[in-house]
Amino acid sequence: MKEKLLEIKDEYLSFFTPAGEVKALNGVSFSMEEGEVLGIVGESGSGKSVTAYSLMGLTAYPGKLVGGTIRFNGHQVDTMTEKEFRKMRGNEVSIIFQDPMTSLNPVYTIGNQIREVILLHTDKTKQEAQERAKELLELVGINEPEKRLKQYPHELSGGMRQRVMIAIALACEPKLLIADEPTTALDVTIQAQILELMQELREKLGMSIIMITHDLGVVASMCEKIAVMYAGHIIEYGTADEIFYEPKHEYTKGLIKSIPKLDTKEDERLVPIEGQPIDLLNPPKGCPFAPRCASCMKICLNQMPPKTELSDTHYSYCWLLQKEQFEEGGRGCE
Amino acid sequence: MNKQEILMEIQHLQQYFPAGGYGKNKRVVKAVDDVSFAIRKGETLGLVGESGCGKTTIGRTMLRLYEPTDGRIIYDGKIIFDSGKHPLQNPDGTPKMDGNGKIIYGAKVAEDMLPYRRKMQIVFQDPYASLDPRMTIGDIVGEPIDIHKLANSKEERRKRILTLLERVGLNSEHANRYPHEFSGGQRQRVGIARALAVDPEFIVCDEPVSALDVSIQAQVVNMFEDLQKEMGLTYLFIAHDLSIVKHISDRIGVMYLGKLVELADSYELITQSAHPYTRSLISAIPIADPRTARASKRIPLQGDVPSPLNPPSGCRFRTRCPYATEQCGEECPEFKEISPGHWAACHNLDKLN
Repeated sequence: MKEKLLEIKDEYLSFFTPAGEVKALNGVSFSMEEGEVLGIVGESGSGKSVTAYSLMGLTAYPGKLVGGTIRFNGHQVDTMTEKEFRKMRGNEVSIIFQDPMTSLNPVYTIGNQIREVILLHTDKTKQEAQERAKELLELVGINEPEKRLKQYPHELSGGMRQRVMIAIALACEPKLLIADEPTTALDVTIQAQILELMQELREKLGMSIIMITHDLGVVASMCEKIAVMYAGHIIEYGTADEIFYEPKHEYTKGLIKSIPKLDTKEDERLVPIEGQPIDLLNPPKGCPFAPRCASCMKICLNQMPPKTELSDTHYSYCWLLQKEQFEEGGRGCE
Repeated sequence: MNKQEILMEIQHLQQYFPAGGYGKNKRVVKAVDDVSFAIRKGETLGLVGESGCGKTTIGRTMLRLYEPTDGRIIYDGKIIFDSGKHPLQNPDGTPKMDGNGKIIYGAKVAEDMLPYRRKMQIVFQDPYASLDPRMTIGDIVGEPIDIHKLANSKEERRKRILTLLERVGLNSEHANRYPHEFSGGQRQRVGIARALAVDPEFIVCDEPVSALDVSIQAQVVNMFEDLQKEMGLTYLFIAHDLSIVKHISDRIGVMYLGKLVELADSYELITQSAHPYTRSLISAIPIADPRTARASKRIPLQGDVPSPLNPPSGCRFRTRCPYATEQCGEECPEFKEISPGHWAACHNLDKLN
């Protein structure tokens, strides 16, 4: 068995805002092996970005880790100081942000911004950094790298800028790349280019990727494992096939049903998930999805369901599954 | 189908925007360049394309939120705008002639839009930016009622507002609240209620679900469908997400750099697309099905969309087209009917199919 690259156990994270405590993560646990691609899907506010940011130490004030442990690549991340984080970021884990328009600095050239990362994290000279920057641009498929290095972000298109962001993230060959909605701001045709590039790079460099997105189509083609998040909980986790073909949680089922199919002649009516996402300032007592769930039971409103293991790679949190397993007398009902 | 009445038609519509420069150096963005199509009563026409292709501009120009540079707009049989430069057309598309075989040109027309605003409305893309943060929901929905004097008393106005809110799935308590108290999906419902306030016949839906979460998207799409059935509405549905457009539309038009490149029945467009751009657009959509996604082959488009300030000569798609020939650089392909109801603009259609 391969060594675990990342292990998050029971992570609780809150933002202490003037309006009260916003419970962004409520007991998130998962692990990742080296070279794996994990997709995290969920609606806005479900905690998917926060999960990823917390393992880079990017959830600064008023965010605070309330409980749980995070181990990444031999580090105990939950007790790390800012200084230790700085050493780890870029070198071992790096991130691509959603909006390539705002995540590059408009007053520095592309070259300057790529070199900065290399100079900060390695002991290369300026000359060597320049060479490396050129290599990186070639790696991410940008033509005429020398010319591009002298240009400013506003001279590049959205797709190009995202490629530059990827180049920056890969500068020190991290073990884990976090991609936070890397293609949401891009057109479909450009999205296809970027996804293809990420897949190529992953094969070439052998890194692990956490892909955060709300687009089920993106995770279907890219990811081996998928975690579905809702209101700060991972409500279902499994391989891509398990999530898409045997979804067990009512929310996952709803998500999959609510996307229109492209290849059917008769358009069936979409099956939406009724209601609005919950308010994280006052989360309900029981299962967070209960208020919107069509098969909600009494117990769902009062108590968070325990984990139900469905296979070695597949688990979910739902009372219905507990009931099923109890009736079968199977495992999982300790 | 063809005999169905046409509600909205545009002919040779052009919309150029100035982009700086004086005299000889004056530059224009050709946002919409010579586009013609018609929308039938009660149907939904989808319009898709990448950002910057001019789909939103068409929607707005149609309602004359922008004054067209050239072309003709016909609403319900009445010309509401005509630049006077194009021949009038017979129903089959041929130019109208007088007794001596001379082509009749249209007269210059620019109708006063106020009465038409009651018939055509728009729902904007961003529900966060399209509602005035200082007005209550009731006043936002009530404003069109005031402008068009649709209510005789305060009581009647209030009743109308509440009916509208109920119709879009909000309730009466919401009328006194402000936009910031609502989630994205609810705000979009307010935007829709505002458009419905004047009992319109035709609504331009400009990316109405792009800013919403997947689970909420389905709710709003279903609502659009229900409203269409109840009120007999006609939609121009603009979006970049082809799967949503396919779901809601009867026919779909595909745009590229200010030009319409293909127009067909929505199922036919997906399964028997003729234009190479439509094909790559379809293959670029990520499929939410791991097995199909692993098996399917993409036709990736190289490069980016060229700048509309300086579009390529001839066919605008040729710089990214894998099948481009010399001819494509020289002349602009004609937008022609390749099978009943299926139109496309490409020189190499015979070779491709």
